[in-house]
Amino acid sequence: MTGTTLATRRAPALGSPARRRTRRRGRRILYWVATHAIAIALAIMFLAPLVFMFLTAVMSSNETLTGELWPRSWHWSNFGTALTTDHGVMLHWLLNTLLYAVLATAFMLVSSIPVAYALARFRFRGRKLAFVLVITTMMLPPQVTIVPMYIVWARFHLTGTLWPLILPMLFGDAFSIFLLRQFLVTIPAEYADAARVDGCGEFAAMLRVVLPMARPAIAAVALFQFFYAWNDYFGPLIYTKPDSWTLAVGLSTFRAAHHVEWNLTMAATLLTVLPVMVVFFLAQRVFIQGVTLTGVKG
Amino acid sequence: MAAALTARRAPASRARRRHRLRVLAFLSPWLLGFTLFFAYPLAATVYFSFFRYNLFQLTPVGLTNYRFLFKDPYAWRAIKNTLWLVVVMVPLRVLFGLALAQLLTRIKRGGNILRSIFYLPFLIPPVAATVAFVFVVNPGTGPVNGIAAKIGIHLPDWFNDPDWTKPGLTLLALWGIGDVMIILLAALLDVPTSLYEAAAIDGANAWQRFRRITLPTISPVLMFSVVTGVIQTLQYFTQAMVAANASQGNADQAGTTTAPGYPDGASLTFPQTLYNEGFQQFNMGYACVLALVLFVVAMFFTLILLRRFHAFGDDD
Repeated sequence: MTGTTLATRRAPALGSPARRRTRRRGRRILYWVATHAIAIALAIMFLAPLVFMFLTAVMSSNETLTGELWPRSWHWSNFGTALTTDHGVMLHWLLNTLLYAVLATAFMLVSSIPVAYALARFRFRGRKLAFVLVITTMMLPPQVTIVPMYIVWARFHLTGTLWPLILPMLFGDAFSIFLLRQFLVTIPAEYADAARVDGCGEFAAMLRVVLPMARPAIAAVALFQFFYAWNDYFGPLIYTKPDSWTLAVGLSTFRAAHHVEWNLTMAATLLTVLPVMVVFFLAQRVFIQGVTLTGVKG
Repeated sequence: MAAALTARRAPASRARRRHRLRVLAFLSPWLLGFTLFFAYPLAATVYFSFFRYNLFQLTPVGLTNYRFLFKDPYAWRAIKNTLWLVVVMVPLRVLFGLALAQLLTRIKRGGNILRSIFYLPFLIPPVAATVAFVFVVNPGTGPVNGIAAKIGIHLPDWFNDPDWTKPGLTLLALWGIGDVMIILLAALLDVPTSLYEAAAIDGANAWQRFRRITLPTISPVLMFSVVTGVIQTLQYFTQAMVAANASQGNADQAGTTTAPGYPDGASLTFPQTLYNEGFQQFNMGYACVLALVLFVVAMFFTLILLRRFHAFGDDD
């Protein structure tokens, strides 16, 4: 694709200056139309599944099986039905998801910020090794250590609950430490030094001076952690039982439980997606800066 | 920094001890976490790999689990599928992400809206995205195949056809291209414009500029995208599992399917065999062998990343 869009921009062939100019203008307009047409076509393709989801969600259940595009009648009540079906099991999943996401995020912040601060600011032996180990644990798939972890949590009788996913967040999350550290190294040490000259301890200097400056990075890791928990399927699948299912796990069973009622499945799916979309549009900058921070600093 | 170092050295060892304690205090959550949730379980994985263990009975079996790996048809099927995804899906994702990012750099007005639209599907929870995607491209329920047929394109029955399941999953992954695209877009915008101007004066055409300026400048970021893409694909689990369940439609419980890797083992990925062995069949010893295979391969790619990036631009 890059090839074709770029090819339309080839330097013009030789000719008289005037002709060259008009030809170049013609090319430029053509180029503008081509890139924008491709971009708009792609944008439509990216949005289409969401639109189809929505249109299906408001259909009657018979209509979903006809391959019809536009709903003949609009059944807005499907959203309510999806929420309240099976004694409101979706609301139950939602509460579980919120418990997981909120606690995991809060615990992660409390435990990861000091570690990232230490890695960014203190000089000590083994600092580099510690950072390399943080990156290694961040990179390695969670499945590598899952078996013994499950055995440990089973011994504490915590399998069947969300605590095996929440409690480890009290002990630092590698990805968040990495991302915060990448941001904190960009803050000049003089600020914290000045605070310490004014009689602050290191911890107070971190809390009062450095962290307020790192607010965008903190917001980014908090959002990432929240959505990680919101989206997590593997973790809850391993540890939870139907009583403690999150939306992700519950939703994966929704289709089977409601066989051909695709409209309800799509309504439930949309309800799961909606909070994510709302937060994204409210906090777009934070997200995009955060993602950029993970890749470009290298 | 140097001033801080000498200042610390001067008042002798008491200050140094206090510094060491302070470092320990700040690092303590992670030190504990690393030991409890990484070092210990990794060692335990090695230990359990020599046993038959079903959560109740621990029987030493020597190398039996390792030997079984070589004749386990499911594991090999899964390795082949995962390899397919690494070889096809990862490069396609990086190329498509780069193409979208390139496209966005050329669009002056409305670029921000387009960027959000391209990024958005990445944020959709994978379970929701997969369920929706399977529905939309299913010829019986979704409109995609019908619309394509109207303009004369015959599309396959993606997630019910063993030959088309992995291409279907690849399409799903291309829909969620947002993360790769944003990282590459930032890299493209970081290329100094002066380089392009100089090249334009020298009469370089667009392809030459891309080849000689853009590619070399963004190659570290491209490399990062490829290696992280490979590591993500090694743990590819959710989409494959949910797609199989949703298109099959007869799973009665989370994570159980009547046939893992539906259709015909085509969507069986390596983490799925680990999950089936460890948490459906409770062959935890053998699951540990699979975990170790995953560890060795993922570690290999992590080391590439670490070498390439010198611990991410550290200053010492």
